Amino acid sequence: MTSSMATVSYIGATILFILSLGGLAHPESARRGNLFGMIGMALAVIATVFGPQVSAGGIPWIIIALVIGAAVGLYAAKKVQMTQMPELVALMHSLVGLAACLVGYASYVDTATVFPTAAEKTIHEVEIYIGVFIGALTFSGSLIAFGKLSGKIGGKPLMLPARHMLNLVGVVLVFLLGRWFLNTHSTGAGMALLLVMTVIALLLGIHMVMAIGGADMPVVVSMLNSYSGWAAAATGFMLSNDLLIVVGALVGSSGAILSYIMCRAMNRNFISVIAGGFGTGGGTPSAAAGSGEPAGEVTPISAVDTAELLRDAKNVVIVPGYGMAVAQAQHVVCEIVNVLRQKGVLVRFAIHPVAGRMPGHMNVLLAEAKVPYDIVLEMDEINADFPDTDVAIVIGANDIVNPAAQEDPGSPIAGMPVLEVWKARTSIVMKRSMASGYAGVDNPLFYKENNRMLFGDARKMLDEVLGALTS
Amino acid sequence: MLIGVPRETAAGEKRVATVPEVVQKLVKLGFEVAVESGAGEAANFADEDYRAAGAEVLPSAAELWARADIIFKVRPATLEEVGMMREGATLVGFVWPAQNPELVQALQDRRATVLAIDCLPRQLSRAQKMDALTSMAGISGYRAVIEAANAFGRFFNGQITAAGKIPPAKVFIAGVGVAGLAAIGTAANLGAIVRANDTRAEVADQVVSLGGSFVKVDYEEEGSGGGGYAKVMSEGFQAAQREMYAREVKDADIVITTALIPGKPAPKLITADMVKTMKPGSVIVDLAAEQGGNCELTVPGEAVVRHGVTLVGYTDLVSRLAKQSSTLYSNNLLRLTEELCKAKDGNVVVNFEDDAIRGLTVVKAGELTWPAPPPKLPAAAARPKSDATPIAAPKGHGHGASEPMSVKSLATVFGVGAVLFLLVGLYAPISFLSHFTVFVLACFIGYMVVWNVTPSLHTPLMSVTNAISSIIAIGALVQVAPPLAAGASDRPGGLILFLAFFALALTAVNMFGGFAVTRRMLAMFRK
Repeated sequence: MTSSMATVSYIGATILFILSLGGLAHPESARRGNLFGMIGMALAVIATVFGPQVSAGGIPWIIIALVIGAAVGLYAAKKVQMTQMPELVALMHSLVGLAACLVGYASYVDTATVFPTAAEKTIHEVEIYIGVFIGALTFSGSLIAFGKLSGKIGGKPLMLPARHMLNLVGVVLVFLLGRWFLNTHSTGAGMALLLVMTVIALLLGIHMVMAIGGADMPVVVSMLNSYSGWAAAATGFMLSNDLLIVVGALVGSSGAILSYIMCRAMNRNFISVIAGGFGTGGGTPSAAAGSGEPAGEVTPISAVDTAELLRDAKNVVIVPGYGMAVAQAQHVVCEIVNVLRQKGVLVRFAIHPVAGRMPGHMNVLLAEAKVPYDIVLEMDEINADFPDTDVAIVIGANDIVNPAAQEDPGSPIAGMPVLEVWKARTSIVMKRSMASGYAGVDNPLFYKENNRMLFGDARKMLDEVLGALTS
Repeated sequence: MLIGVPRETAAGEKRVATVPEVVQKLVKLGFEVAVESGAGEAANFADEDYRAAGAEVLPSAAELWARADIIFKVRPATLEEVGMMREGATLVGFVWPAQNPELVQALQDRRATVLAIDCLPRQLSRAQKMDALTSMAGISGYRAVIEAANAFGRFFNGQITAAGKIPPAKVFIAGVGVAGLAAIGTAANLGAIVRANDTRAEVADQVVSLGGSFVKVDYEEEGSGGGGYAKVMSEGFQAAQREMYAREVKDADIVITTALIPGKPAPKLITADMVKTMKPGSVIVDLAAEQGGNCELTVPGEAVVRHGVTLVGYTDLVSRLAKQSSTLYSNNLLRLTEELCKAKDGNVVVNFEDDAIRGLTVVKAGELTWPAPPPKLPAAAARPKSDATPIAAPKGHGHGASEPMSVKSLATVFGVGAVLFLLVGLYAPISFLSHFTVFVLACFIGYMVVWNVTPSLHTPLMSVTNAISSIIAIGALVQVAPPLAAGASDRPGGLILFLAFFALALTAVNMFGGFAVTRRMLAMFRK
């Protein structure tokens, strides 16, 4: 295959990738979009393998590597449970990061590339340096995110003293090392500097994600998604490969937009999320305490009474949260929905943009349980309907239904858009205990007169509700 | 300007275009109001009430028509009335220009400005406050149930009393427009079992929300015409519909029909044979009587008994609730006046930039301006079923794409961009710039494409972008075994091969795993 053939194949692949992302605009076209992505990837790989940049001797190695990778990847994709999606995605980001790192190193030690001018050599080295930096950051950051999401590392933000200073020192060090790196001429010294920088980048990645609380995970996951794209783009610059640049930029901007959407859904700015820790800046927890504990008593309710309420309702809205994912309760929820719908009850789901641990997490879980997607609505679509709702059920969510966000200007989550479940005639909150959510904010919803608390494991309680409904 | 409210001259018409309460508000807007003596009598508003509200009461219609700058009417004006009208005056009220061409011609000759409340573009949500057709239809729906209850010999609600068990009345409502919905609500509140049907499937939810249950026709066809009306359906559908109607009518104690198709005679939904199958003492109220009736046996304007069934074909249901309908109607006119008189200085401005005003202006200063061009509204609005998704997506999450930035932040972004580009332009060699071009453009494409992704697919989006980012494999591939130039013998080939091989295996995990898991996820999204 000639160089021109390879290039046109790359253009074809690029178009397919763009179509692939465009297809996700609607569930119907999304499947085809994924197929476009696969074809694009296959086209790109084949064009490269049979293109001018790979000699015949490398093909066996390539095949071996692809087969190993494919086996592992397909196995993981088959085995993973839908509730574990965030972990899997985070883990996969780390792979991209590591690969970008390795390619960067390989490119640095490769002496076969010859540069006509010194400026081009410098630019090449800058690209390597940046590529390795982003790659390492993505790698370690994603690994920590994986650990946090899978529960291997605690969800609480790790607060080192002077952590902003640490980050700053790290970045400055990387910058200084970079200047040094560009001015060394021996490969050995350059390699050493590159390695030192990689270690710093790894530590930065770890530190950055460790400092972020569990509730901010959707932002982190999408941010890492963005990083893995930028890493690919940097590699593209390094190897003068436009396909890598385009795809990296696509993925990078996609992740960046997702992060932005998530941040807006929590009414927080991106920097404060990345800087880590919920409301750590000005000692907000004390401010929350100062604004007064919500007074009143909570009214518990039994599963049987819940079923009774549901049976008499005409309009029910279900608000799922991370608790539903943890309890793996989505299938029971779906069955309850089916029973209610058969009785002619209008049942809908209200999804807050940051419900769960990943953008769109709840939608995927509900889809897995075969809930039709047209009754799953976004916050903006359904918030106005709560006053007409007879029963609103909150399953394992807390901060996203907290009226304090609207009513209490002193609350750390003030101004965050929330689902207005308290406007429903009756709201039922399923919780294991009275513990507060990730934000550490008490929820006045629990004390509202029209609110009932259904204590217990969500799965078990919903099973009981289902039993009472069908009997 | 002087607003004149004449007495309605049509036989049996009890409504009045403006009630005393609204007179006060019109005066506040800067208008003077004159009312013909006895105009509100039939609707229980005395001349004294009008005087107290600040209106002048004029003894004769002729004087009123001659003096008023603006006339508020309910029924279309008669040619005789137009003859008394001042040259260049404004007429507001029902006109039905399609049915009354002579009237429109006469008004043109008078160089009048005519605002026909029946020509209001009802699909504009802004126009709803002025929508007299809706407010009147609501009243007729309510009154239809009351008339039915009056003619029906039993209770509506089921009761278990010492004197025995009373079954609830079964009410079937054909045509779920505003009148149908009002009828459903009223009948359900009286305790009846309400079933309803409409060719437009999207009203099913509204029926249920008012306490009725929706009866489907077993036939696939969508019946939404433009502007919230139904359209004529196909032959196959009509056969299935007749079958369903025969079944429902036979079962019902009370049938209320409200089916209208604009510009056509009312569809004959209920045949004489169907009436024969009904239980004696049952009632049919035909709200479409004026347009020929939905039932074959309806006698417009009268209540008759056929085959033991009372057929109510009154065409003046709204007038039978004159006080209520006058109040609502005059509120509609008040809202319209507010739109016409934004300055609150007692002068009306017919602004053709305003879609609502443009729509209802039939004649402007003697020139025919009817029919109005369709309002500048997305075509999707007429088809509520299909617009739900495409419109919702950009609205909720198109923030970055649709909402223009403030000038200040835009200037900042452009400034920063310019400085960056300047730096790149100063120092970068040309070979870098071509890649840089590609990079910047790709960022923009990504930005545009990703904003269109529906929020429910954010997780698949992440996993697919993740899979795509394994394009980095290309980087590893070209390093595995590039064709080497003869001079480059000191290349650490083994190390590079090892690094590239490892990188390739890692990305392959990502590549295959990512696409496979996305596929698995997307397969679950079912409607």
